[in-house]
Amino acid sequence: MSSLRQLCTFRVGDSLFGIDVLSVQEVIRSHDLTPVPLAPSAIKGLINLRGNIVTAIDLRTKLEFPERVGDSLPMHVIVRAGDSVISLLVDDVGDVVDVNESEFEEAPLTLIAACRDLVRGVYKLPHRVLLAVDAQRLVAGESPGLTGAPASRQAA
Amino acid sequence: MTVDDVDEVLREFLLESSDALNTLDQDFVALERNPDDRTLIGEIFRLVHTIKGTCGFFAFERLERLTHAGEALLCKLRDGEIRNTSEITTSLLKMVDGIRCSLEAIETTGSEGVEDFDALIANLTRLSENEPIRAPAVAFEAVVGNQKNEIVRGDSSEKAEVRGPAVTDTAIRVDVEVLDRVMNLVGELVLARNQLLQFAGSIREPVFAATTQRLNALTTELQEGIMKTRMQPIGNVWNKFPRVIRDLAHACGKRVILEVDGAHTELDRTIIEAIRDPLTHAVRNAVDHGIEAPEIRKQSGKPEVGTLRLRAFHEGGHVNIEVTDDGRGLDIERIRVRAVERGLVAADRAARMGEREVSQFIFHPGFSTAATVTNVSGRGVGMDVVKTNIEKIGGSVDVTSLWGRGTTLRVKIPLTLAIIPALVVSSMGCSRRYSESEQGFHRFAIPQVNLMELVRLEGEVALRRIEDVRGVRMCRLRGSLLPLVSLNRSFALSRCSEFDADVVNIVVVQGQTRPFGIVVDKILDTEEIVVKPLGKELKGVKTFSGATIMGDGRVALILDVLGFEQHAGLASTSRDRSDDAGADVASGNASRTSESWVVFSVGDGATMAIPLAIVARLEEIAEGVIEQSGGRAVVQYRGGILPLIDLRKLDGKRASQAAPQLLQVIVYSEGGRSLGFIVEKILDIVPVDIAAIREVARPGVSDAVVIQGKVTELLNVRRVIQSFDATFFGVKNAA
Repeated sequence: MSSLRQLCTFRVGDSLFGIDVLSVQEVIRSHDLTPVPLAPSAIKGLINLRGNIVTAIDLRTKLEFPERVGDSLPMHVIVRAGDSVISLLVDDVGDVVDVNESEFEEAPLTLIAACRDLVRGVYKLPHRVLLAVDAQRLVAGESPGLTGAPASRQAA
Repeated sequence: MTVDDVDEVLREFLLESSDALNTLDQDFVALERNPDDRTLIGEIFRLVHTIKGTCGFFAFERLERLTHAGEALLCKLRDGEIRNTSEITTSLLKMVDGIRCSLEAIETTGSEGVEDFDALIANLTRLSENEPIRAPAVAFEAVVGNQKNEIVRGDSSEKAEVRGPAVTDTAIRVDVEVLDRVMNLVGELVLARNQLLQFAGSIREPVFAATTQRLNALTTELQEGIMKTRMQPIGNVWNKFPRVIRDLAHACGKRVILEVDGAHTELDRTIIEAIRDPLTHAVRNAVDHGIEAPEIRKQSGKPEVGTLRLRAFHEGGHVNIEVTDDGRGLDIERIRVRAVERGLVAADRAARMGEREVSQFIFHPGFSTAATVTNVSGRGVGMDVVKTNIEKIGGSVDVTSLWGRGTTLRVKIPLTLAIIPALVVSSMGCSRRYSESEQGFHRFAIPQVNLMELVRLEGEVALRRIEDVRGVRMCRLRGSLLPLVSLNRSFALSRCSEFDADVVNIVVVQGQTRPFGIVVDKILDTEEIVVKPLGKELKGVKTFSGATIMGDGRVALILDVLGFEQHAGLASTSRDRSDDAGADVASGNASRTSESWVVFSVGDGATMAIPLAIVARLEEIAEGVIEQSGGRAVVQYRGGILPLIDLRKLDGKRASQAAPQLLQVIVYSEGGRSLGFIVEKILDIVPVDIAAIREVARPGVSDAVVIQGKVTELLNVRRVIQSFDATFFGVKNAA
């Protein structure tokens, strides 16, 4: 069970997240966003990625962090799963880290529901924990609250 | 040979065979018309033989046995040992079906199906061994000599040309996915080209300018070329129809000949797929409902053989497809009765409806006038599905019919779904919601197919036409009320409303049942846009049907007009009212409880009015351009001659002769003829309540009414015109 995985890490607020490096297509700097009226609030808009229209989802909104302030621009992590491609808006992109499956643990029940919907589990890195995001669940576009257990929110 | 190689060869075989089967379907039907066409039989034999050979190679035993039996029969036919009959053709067609069935099984499961076709094989063998049991029956279609257009028949020389080695050698099969990818890249290239061109404009460098120009030309050509690779002739859909019609005609005991015209008309493959089912349905409908049984046709003096005509042609960026039969036509009266029975329309209104309007009821869900339900059609699920499917791809359907003479179904569809013309509008928005990311404005594309007209209201007077009815804005547009929806408000783009501006831009679009107006900040341009789908994450947002990339590389959303209408809350509530509005228009002046009238002065302080509904246009014409012809004043107008009636001189009084000036003319049109009324001044357009109308005896004037505190005479247009030109309304009125 001690197989190695490579995760691309990124930061949202003060939390460190990781996503399977194989599902990451590319990382780009801030890009022109076309907002989509009436869309869920986490959908910040559409970008033109070399002729493909890609939906940008702000992980801050999705994971119920406070809105981004000041003039810091988010980075786009372009994630591919199945035949869809989406862009995750994150605060900062870090290194690719090797994690060992033995360091993996189920997501704690105390995690807020929005987080638990997207996070597959937690890796215990030497200095801090890393929340592993499930690309499939992101792309499926499951809205928070539909899949999360209703009871978990009050625990948060 | 590895497994992969086998798969590759097998796939090739499946592709080839399915082509061959389609050809066979057509050939057999053609053969029935010319039962003794040896070349055609030879052709069929060759195709079946090829399939048989390959089956042997792959060890598909059952399939091989079936094709062998068929081949034996064909061999006898070819050598003239037996004569072709309807029965033989039916059996051979069954064999084709059997092959098709097996091939499908092979494609999905990898092995041929369990069916062993014993009965069919026995039948084929019997037919090939015995003398025909019956004397050669009347072949399904023995009509020859009808060679106009491209009748689907086995014209061997033509067929041979198509299947000749020359074509096979120059054509290759390409995966559609590859084409789509290339198409995407070309779209991207076009975009890069556009950006480069913008940049090139600011640089004065001849070599650079020349290079960009060349790049420009090449890109355009490349774009056209790649678009072409996605086009397929509509014949690809039609080539199934001879078989469909044959089987159906047999089942109904009818005789039908199919004529096609314009089978080479090309359409994007996505559209070809989308129209396949609706068209098949329309064709089946025509055979089952449209064309009568031979005896009935004979009685009504028509040829026993019915004709079904398929026609396709390009027209203004669209493809028109017509399905015409020379059958009994729509029974307008029965549809009228049925529509009332089903509660679709009130009886009195139905009675006033024109034929054309009544015939539209066949597109209502579940509507059927068929007395009996056959296994083919008559269940009432049909024409509405045809209509919905065609409308889904941005097309429209229309039906015209002449009782006893036939019906024509007209389908109008766009050439491609990938690139559509659209109107680009923008909403500025003065809020700060998106301003931090340079999103000063939002652009939206509205597909041209939804568009009816653009209205621009400018100035205080015009803006007064917008009324607030309990929070819902309405605009008077030619006598009817147009509900308005603010784009800014609907999408919460801005807190300030477009209605507060000096200029209000209204995009009038066709909603589900009635038009409505979308109020936008700015109307930018019409553009050909490349439609791109939205991600799954956005499928809950019904107001947009897709997105496109604009010339500057930014994304713009494509408005789904029906979804937007629903979002704005117009779709369900306005249904009843719209029906009433339609009734008023349809019934003309039968119910004019509150029609809009154009009020104008005719000199001496007298005012008159005519119904807005009959006014084609309001024009200003310089007095100098009026000419005299046959003692009448006329003016050249839109390439024709417009006779003028000077209402200022109606009572024989002399209009005050002032200096040459611009004359106000109200243009009236009926039945393709037009006529202009010269008036002194057009004053207003007001609703008139019929209850207030009083009769006044005066030639040319029917009634009078008080409008805005002034007695206004309502002009009897027909009487005035008739006193002026008795032949204007045609013979029936003049007599």
